[in-house]
Amino acid sequence: MGLQIQHLLGLENVSKEDISLILDTADSFYEILQREIKVVPTLRGKTVVNLFYENSTRTRISFELAEKRLSAAALNFSASTSSVKKGESLRDTIRNIEAMKIDMVVVRHSSAGVPWFLTQCTDAVIVNAGDGLHEHPTQALLDMMTIRRKMRKLQGLKVAIIGDIFHSRVARSNAWGMTTMGMDVVLCGPPTLLPQHTESFGVPVTDNLNEALEGADVIMLLRMQLERQASGTFPSIREYRDRYGLDLEKLSLIKKDAIIMHPGPINRGIELASDVADSSRSVILEQVTCGVAIRMAVLYLLGGGENA
Amino acid sequence: MDSHALDLALTRITHQILERNRDFSKFGIVGMQTRGVYLAQRITSKINELEKVNLISGTLDVTLYRDDYRNAFKQPKVQITDIPFDINEMNLVLVDDVLYTGRTVRAALDALMDFGRPKSIQLAVLIDRGNRELPIRADYVGKKITTLRNQVVSLKVSEIDGEDSLWLMELEEGD
Repeated sequence: MGLQIQHLLGLENVSKEDISLILDTADSFYEILQREIKVVPTLRGKTVVNLFYENSTRTRISFELAEKRLSAAALNFSASTSSVKKGESLRDTIRNIEAMKIDMVVVRHSSAGVPWFLTQCTDAVIVNAGDGLHEHPTQALLDMMTIRRKMRKLQGLKVAIIGDIFHSRVARSNAWGMTTMGMDVVLCGPPTLLPQHTESFGVPVTDNLNEALEGADVIMLLRMQLERQASGTFPSIREYRDRYGLDLEKLSLIKKDAIIMHPGPINRGIELASDVADSSRSVILEQVTCGVAIRMAVLYLLGGGENA
Repeated sequence: MDSHALDLALTRITHQILERNRDFSKFGIVGMQTRGVYLAQRITSKINELEKVNLISGTLDVTLYRDDYRNAFKQPKVQITDIPFDINEMNLVLVDDVLYTGRTVRAALDALMDFGRPKSIQLAVLIDRGNRELPIRADYVGKKITTLRNQVVSLKVSEIDGEDSLWLMELEEGD
């Protein structure tokens, strides 16, 4: 029993057994979140540093809650208020924090590969909370947990991931993780926002929305990163909304029992119409609840033992 | 111990529980993962039959309350906890298969306190194998056996193991 992986850097190359164990464990933690006293003493005495070099509300709060509900000491670091401003290198920062005796590091950074780099300069357990355009594994795990709780299975379900695939680490982690779990993933977006070399995902990629929606059990909209518009990758927000945004009219094309997901934050009225986001088919808030349970499971499974 | 002997022991424990607990409006049974859950279910159905009541037993997993997390290299699987009643002011019977060091029961007491403040907690175990490391004793015992620390006592129940049986095994040197 236990995970094969020692750090959670991404879902590429993580086995089906490991993903299943994390999902099963998270289901047990979900129950704790329904209790009156939502804290268990398991990680007492462990210290976790949340090293956030990039803005985040949901993910940081979610990790912090998970740490506190497991009784770990949680320490927050954000680049904007730290010595990073004074020019301290990433390696020096982590070695200084490590010198204060910590056990785990949750890291978010705008550069791909930073979590891996940290495993090379510290003995602490590293959890990736999003690195550049690479991966965001806990988001994909909480997505799969939400789907499994709603649909009672993962194997064989068709998932359409729609939006800015190129800039999405969520799409990447989900494509790898869901494929491992036997799901059929299709990635969809405007041609300019699709990656050049899609073979490595091992999943079909299309710019035709109807094709992606057809037969889908799960529809996942990605946040349109409005700050990217300056780069000229899409002509106008209105055009994007008309062609790829999910509204009530397009909703009528999809399966009756299909669920709608979004990793947040939502641009209401762009990728997702407000009434669709608040409809009974939307599981967006359930995703947030599952997020805390998934992060508790990951910290629990990676955080034990004297060598950790 | 075979299926018949196990049933006799559970019947005796059930009667002893009933001698001490008469108010079923404030009474609950909680089985500890994994085998204790099934023993608790069997005791509960005996009580339901004898007293014409409709009790449902709860399920408790104590993994997250264990005291050996820091040293364990591989984590034990966290199983489901499901207590379908409010434990405040209840007289609870906690059911486990084997009582040994007492550490699991210590963890269970902590876990239960996080759900509320029961009026009392009684402990029922099928096997008491001695070698306690904490000041804990059972209120109801199916069978007391004398064991050595290098021995393993393991119960099988038909619900998940396909048969009811009790096993006493010696650990090999260096295991």
